[in-house]
Amino acid sequence: MKGLPPVLITAIVLVVGFGLCAMQFPNIASTRVVGNLLTDNAFVGIVATGMTFVIISGGIDLSVGSVIGFTTVFVALAIERWGVPPLVAFVAILVLSAAFGAAMGAVIHVFDLPPFIVTLAGMFLARGASFLLSTESVPITAPVYSTVSDFALRMPGGGRLSAIAIIMLVILIGGILLLRLTRFGANVYALGGGRATASLMGVAVGKMTIKIYMLSSLLAGTAGIVFSFYTSAGYSLSAVGVELDSIAAVVIGGTLLTGGQGSVIGTFLGVLIQGMIQTYINFDGTLSSWWTKIATGILLFAFIALQQGLVALARRPVATRAGAAS
Amino acid sequence: MENSLGPAPPLLEVRGISKSFGAVRALQEVDFTLRAGEIHALLGENGAGKSTLIKVVTGVFPRDAGVVRLGGDEVAPRSAKAALEAGIATVYQEVNLLPNLSVAQNLFLDRQPMRFGIVREGEMRRRAEALLTEFGLDIDVAAPLGNYSVAIQHVTAIARAVDLSARVLILDEPTASLDRHEVEILFGIMRQLARRGIGIVFVSHFLDQVYEISDRITVLRNGRLVGERETASLPRLELIRMMLGRELAETTSARAAAGDRPPREVCASFENYGKAGYVAPFNLELRHGEVVGLAGLLGSGRTETARLVFGAERPDGGQARVEGAPVRLQSPRDGVRQGFGYCPEERKTDGIVAELTVRENIVLALQAKRGLHRPLSRREQDEIARRYVKMLDIRPPDPERPVGLLSGGNQQKALLARWLATAPRLLVLDEPTRGIDVGAHAEIIRLIRELCDDGLALLVISSELDEIVTYSDRVVVLRDRAHVEELAGEAIDVTNILAAIAAEGAAKEARA
Repeated sequence: MKGLPPVLITAIVLVVGFGLCAMQFPNIASTRVVGNLLTDNAFVGIVATGMTFVIISGGIDLSVGSVIGFTTVFVALAIERWGVPPLVAFVAILVLSAAFGAAMGAVIHVFDLPPFIVTLAGMFLARGASFLLSTESVPITAPVYSTVSDFALRMPGGGRLSAIAIIMLVILIGGILLLRLTRFGANVYALGGGRATASLMGVAVGKMTIKIYMLSSLLAGTAGIVFSFYTSAGYSLSAVGVELDSIAAVVIGGTLLTGGQGSVIGTFLGVLIQGMIQTYINFDGTLSSWWTKIATGILLFAFIALQQGLVALARRPVATRAGAAS
Repeated sequence: MENSLGPAPPLLEVRGISKSFGAVRALQEVDFTLRAGEIHALLGENGAGKSTLIKVVTGVFPRDAGVVRLGGDEVAPRSAKAALEAGIATVYQEVNLLPNLSVAQNLFLDRQPMRFGIVREGEMRRRAEALLTEFGLDIDVAAPLGNYSVAIQHVTAIARAVDLSARVLILDEPTASLDRHEVEILFGIMRQLARRGIGIVFVSHFLDQVYEISDRITVLRNGRLVGERETASLPRLELIRMMLGRELAETTSARAAAGDRPPREVCASFENYGKAGYVAPFNLELRHGEVVGLAGLLGSGRTETARLVFGAERPDGGQARVEGAPVRLQSPRDGVRQGFGYCPEERKTDGIVAELTVRENIVLALQAKRGLHRPLSRREQDEIARRYVKMLDIRPPDPERPVGLLSGGNQQKALLARWLATAPRLLVLDEPTRGIDVGAHAEIIRLIRELCDDGLALLVISSELDEIVTYSDRVVVLRDRAHVEELAGEAIDVTNILAAIAAEGAAKEARA
């Protein structure tokens, strides 16, 4: 029910792609490379998890990249200039971003506005606010940052599973459980199936909308903290376009852009596919890194076409039945 | 039928409900009484107020006046959800469930069995299976609801409503998209629920089904209560009289004597023309200079016949001929190419383009017929518009006025002008006089006669039987999506039409 066939196709694409890469560069098939891949894409994975909920519910969140940018600047300034303890700064920015998401959700519901427009406004707001705080890159030198950066679990084969990769995996598993096993998760699918119908069936549509965008922004804030660990700096221009990368990961992962179907695990596979292409280009060394975007674009087209085909197939039996009644 | 019910206290009591939309009084002082354990049919033609009544009772629309009592207690739900919580559930023709969720999730959405904040999927499926077994369904409840037929989706919706402890179940046209076998299953479930003491309101256009399943009948007409009767003691003719509002005594036809004119040339003919589940195959001949009326209740297949004739719907069998030559009518384009015109019932949505001027609306079909490569010059457009504004007396006589600002009758004339400008051989008019004031009404009828005298073939649908009798040379009567009788000459009067609509038996055979 929850989009398994598309997810299987994504998994096959990943495995076959990884196999091809490993045939050309045998070194790719090592825990070292895989560990780095997880670390490099940790923040995208976290944001894309939240985006999965939003898209399954029939919405979209364009503000996440800006929220990441704002978070890095806010955290850097709080720790380095305002002398706030890092943990307090983290809690503050998480509360702030959750409130930001809740506000967007409330606007979407109360004024019955398209999520695209509301989160587009949110995107400009958050990006503008981060420039207001600082236009230049602020390096973070707090000891907790070097501690976290140094921490890693050793994997067999010499790979390192870094702290931020672990955070990403924990959030991912949490996202899978939340979507699959809880009433909240069922309601997310219900909203994607039809807001009016879901409302008639007793789902508190307004509350759900607010919670979903709150979750997305909260995860974007988390991704911002992770990004600040990754770069050890806060910069208002960081993570530009990440909202589009995460939407791409969600769609490649088999989630229907129109809502109602999809899975977090598929999104994770989508993130890995994008990371794999990036890794391949790094190994090749001669290709421009923009080939990542081209490959992502081709995959997006392929998956959207595939989804349309599946949707058409799913609709057909119903149509035949209605016509045969006599 | 179970009529052995004693005088039980009413389960649902609706008293003196009124509701207006702007100046339109949709309901006026309507009463409705539903007893526990009965199946109560709510009947009426288009605009009678059935849907409005249901929506007012279930809180979708606020009411202007009146009370609703459920089991003796006054209730005033403000939303469908609140009505559901109070115990009044509605299942609409378009199933209001989520096709992307599993059957089990649909049944238990927002009330799933939980443990430690986690949905107990296994327990939920077991309960869903147990619940559906009561309704005679043995299906995989983990599969998406959208994978199943409309009938199963209906039963699921009913099961959900009943499981939510509904005491009143309103079924709005539940059988419209079901086949005979599925209808039987649904009726079995309805009887079973009635035995459990649930009161069921059954809204349907299918009179055979109403007589098969219901204990009592309430009829509405033009927003007013016409009456409430025991089904067993209400003859079919009487029921139709209640629905259409005709006193049989007063129906001596006011028909203009058409006189005995020689048989005229056949303009278009249809043999065994039909579409499964839409209209049963029919034979129809349309002659030049002749008006054929289509009469029948709402949902009897009148509009469907018109759409097939015009080509707006594809037939799945039969042969159409125009002036004797076989033709294929697969799209409205084909219809236009054969010289057909069609004025649909929903002027506002299917007919006029309100923002465009009278002139632009009039030349629309002619331009479409000519194609994009041969645009009409502005002078030709002005000339055509002026001619028809004058001929049909469209008021105000200003071709540059947006059509949306005209009255209903004048909009209808503009629509007529659009097709007349294409010099059609056959014109199909669906409810040409609906929503038009009395003066314009007479004028449209006069126009229909005049057009006919000019040699045009006309196929006219109307719910106004007096009107049909006035201008038709022949009347085809439809019932339950089949043509059941054709009246001609002296035989055309309201009594005969009513009798044909009311006759039993034939419809069932046609549907089988």
